[in-house]
Amino acid sequence: MTDETIPAADSVLDARGQLCPMPIINAAKAMRGKPPGHVLELLATDRGSLADVPAWAEDTGNELLAHREEDGVYVFLLRKGEEAA
Amino acid sequence: MLDETASPAIGTEEVRALVQEEVRKALERDRATRRAAFIASKGTLDWAYPPLILSTTAAASGMESAVFFTFYGLNIIHRDFERKLKVDPVGNPGMPMPVRLPDLLTAMPGMVPAATAMMKRRFASHNVATIGELLDAARESGVRLIACQMTMEVFGYEERDFVDGVEFGGGAAFLSTARRGHVTLFV
Repeated sequence: MTDETIPAADSVLDARGQLCPMPIINAAKAMRGKPPGHVLELLATDRGSLADVPAWAEDTGNELLAHREEDGVYVFLLRKGEEAA
Repeated sequence: MLDETASPAIGTEEVRALVQEEVRKALERDRATRRAAFIASKGTLDWAYPPLILSTTAAASGMESAVFFTFYGLNIIHRDFERKLKVDPVGNPGMPMPVRLPDLLTAMPGMVPAATAMMKRRFASHNVATIGELLDAARESGVRLIACQMTMEVFGYEERDFVDGVEFGGGAAFLSTARRGHVTLFV
């Protein structure tokens, strides 16, 4: 990552190969119990995740810091919100 | 009657902006946006997916989520769901088939197991979660699974016939949940 304003991930969730709803289910699971501010890197190949991850982030009070595509893999960087479960 | 000298007049635009802001705040406070209730009424493998996918996603999105299983939908939470959930190609012109067969042929013996095996293979090859995995995700994330007591009586099911974590109730139990949520879907 070249942009220095984007923080490094505290943990990584590899959801490559998974289809709806599993990337979201597992992202929620990965965030559970983590402190606010925790940064999760989510790797997915499900094209639906392009719409689902931003929607999920907004609904749960987590912040989508950045997303990019690398060789057919979608990489989402999510920061756990103050109020997020 | 307003005393205009005491209360300064405000314009229509300002009133509109104030009302919009209040409505936005009210919606944010509205707990019903965070509750979802589903009815699962169908007992085939294909139709087992939508209520489980949506209810687990709702829970993952921070919503209180409940599924009421009624009539054939009870198959989904039956301990023997692996065997009970099948795909029937009869009368299902939307089902992708390698060769389009007339209904008379799709009604032949052996077609239901063949269609069921075909769909399971196709789902597995795309790495779609199994019904068992979705049920696990549902219970793990606190989705309430409610079996319709009336249909259980009619179909001769006992409480022990269902997977762990299932609750039992009737229409009122579903409605008391559904009335407090904006998302209510019948599948």
